[in-house]
Amino acid sequence: MNKWQDNRAWFLVMPVFLIVAFSAIIPLMMVVDASVHDISGPGNRVFVGAEWFKEVLGDRRLHDALRRQLTFSGLVLLIEIPLGVAIALAMPRRGWGVSVTLLVLALPLLIPWNVIGTIWNLFTRPDIGLLGVLLNGLGIQFDPTAAPLDAWITVMLMDVWHWTPLVALLAYAGLRAIPDAYYLAARIDGASAWAVFRYIQLPKMRGVLMIAVLLRFMDSFVIYAEPFVLTGGGPGDSTTFLSTYLVKLAGGQSDLGPAAALALIYFLIALAVCFAFYRALQNVGSGDQR
Amino acid sequence: MALIQLKGVAHAYMAKPGAPEDYALKRLDMVWQDGRAYALLGPSGCGKTTTLNIISGLIRPSEGRVLIDDRDVTALAPRDRNIAQVFQVPVIYDTMTVFDNLAFPLRNRNVDRKEIRIRVHEVAELLEMTADLKRRASGLTADAKQKISLGRGLVRKDVAAILFDEPLTVIDPHLKWLLRRKLKQIHEQFRTTLIYVTHDQNEALTFAEQVVIMNEGEVLQTGSPQELFENPKHTFVGYFIGSPGMNLIPCQINGDAAIVEGAPIALGEGVAERGRAAGGELVLGIRPEFLRLRPTAEQGNVPVSVRLAENLGNFKIVTVSLGRLALKVKVPEDQEVPGEWAYLNFPPEWTKVYADGRLVE
Ligand SMILES: Nc1ncnc2c1ncn2[C@@H]1O[C@H](COP(=O)(O)OP(=O)(O)OP(=O)(O)O)[C@@H](O)[C@H]1O
Ligand SMILES: [Mg+2]
Repeated sequence: MNKWQDNRAWFLVMPVFLIVAFSAIIPLMMVVDASVHDISGPGNRVFVGAEWFKEVLGDRRLHDALRRQLTFSGLVLLIEIPLGVAIALAMPRRGWGVSVTLLVLALPLLIPWNVIGTIWNLFTRPDIGLLGVLLNGLGIQFDPTAAPLDAWITVMLMDVWHWTPLVALLAYAGLRAIPDAYYLAARIDGASAWAVFRYIQLPKMRGVLMIAVLLRFMDSFVIYAEPFVLTGGGPGDSTTFLSTYLVKLAGGQSDLGPAAALALIYFLIALAVCFAFYRALQNVGSGDQR
Repeated sequence: MALIQLKGVAHAYMAKPGAPEDYALKRLDMVWQDGRAYALLGPSGCGKTTTLNIISGLIRPSEGRVLIDDRDVTALAPRDRNIAQVFQVPVIYDTMTVFDNLAFPLRNRNVDRKEIRIRVHEVAELLEMTADLKRRASGLTADAKQKISLGRGLVRKDVAAILFDEPLTVIDPHLKWLLRRKLKQIHEQFRTTLIYVTHDQNEALTFAEQVVIMNEGEVLQTGSPQELFENPKHTFVGYFIGSPGMNLIPCQINGDAAIVEGAPIALGEGVAERGRAAGGELVLGIRPEFLRLRPTAEQGNVPVSVRLAENLGNFKIVTVSLGRLALKVKVPEDQEVPGEWAYLNFPPEWTKVYADGRLVE
């Protein structure tokens, strides 16, 4: 009797199992498979062991891409988190202004990623772009297609414009959860505006800010569409990030092996960072919220 | 230690108040004597918090002046007044230790470190929290957090008054009376003025020397619990204080008596005359405790029919009908309640007449 009921449970788990298998495990295994073989054509494959991994790990262009990637993600966090918090602090707390600000903030988040790249490409082009023409008209040389620094500035501007609202919204949600009594008590206690921020607002925002850091790090770490559409990874390799490089590598048919090896390494780095953040988040949860 | 005066204070939350209903607090003149324990009692939305916040400076009143020891503080920020306030939700600074929480108001006022140490330890001792000083405040229970909120008020040496805005609402019932007792003890020891907002009349009546009754943005009466019970100045006070509240029945005045449903009821010396002079809508009020229920007719008694007798342990509440009106009478547990008909006696000294809600004195 019991045995039969136990077995039936498998049917209920099966759909989830299949979905996970087809969406994650099987593709991943195929990548693993490709990373240890030399595949030069259909039916023509040789086992090469860790060959591709050695090649990829020793690849100078990969090192450069990784360095660029970390710089980019670091800058993203350094700029977007404080800026998002500042915006959240400046947002109205009640009245009609609330919905207007929320709407304006949500707009960049609703635009498809490749469209974002196109928008900023058009915006900054020195020949026809509003910003490009304006800056050059003012006598400031600005050309993201030619100068690496300008390309970086543009990519950063684009990401800040695109994603700071997310941080701001999260921070705002954290701020809204603070009961009014805290602000009143702080006034009675004679706290300065800085003390209110340091001892009330920041601690209460800590949970959501950890989530914001996690989301922004992961998203910026795997960024592809926007910079690809905006700069195509150039000029030169100056805005080639990890995923841009990965696609460049996999684009050449014969480089499937190294690309697969790189993809795995990339995946493991992302997983490791995710895990670190996850642990950090758990500590925040247990140590702080009552 | 200080005398707090509100002079012609009124407050409206909207920018351009017009009608009297726009005011959350109508014109209020009030003196809070030094060293007393006041309870501010009234239904939800009557303006208790508004009054408190005006005293502490969280709200600047639309009209009128606030004086502390004859100094006009109307324009001063909370941090420049020597008033402490404890709120309904316990407020603690999560990332700080208990010590730092208690030291916070002093640090903000640049008190020197040695003085802070001494003050914080004194207060911790008083609140029985010395053992917790090094702990992080966020891990504490709600009642401990509320004690810290109170401690941040006590730690300031110059504090003239401590205001409490329903501070025990979120505290477990069995801890409530412990905290209330602590509060009483602190009050007796330091004689700081306390103003305690609540809408629980038991809390108000047991805690305070003076009870202030508010309704719809107005203070209706200030007095000792006994005064409020024996001599309500307003029908609202009569009804709000006591359980069950005062019987309030429409009446007319004829000669020296009040006429209720055609039956004459004798009034105190001169009351009828002053009631007639006051005019307006007249209401006769008498507490259930003061009505006498008799089995047989006597001179001046009013015949009533008995509807319901509830035994509540030490006493009974009897509901009787006088014409179309229902009255409640509180009788001792051992008194026999007549089955159908009875006679009510209204002692003239406890029979009040109200004109448009206000006591005819
Ligand atoms: N910030 C505000 N803005 C507008 N109206 C307010 C504000 N605060 C209070 N009011 C209004 O003012 C009136 C008095 O409010 P108040 O908070 O003083 O009442 P209360 O007696 O403390 O009530 P409760 O027992 O519910 O705390 C209420 O009608 C309330 O709706
Ligand atoms: Mg209130």
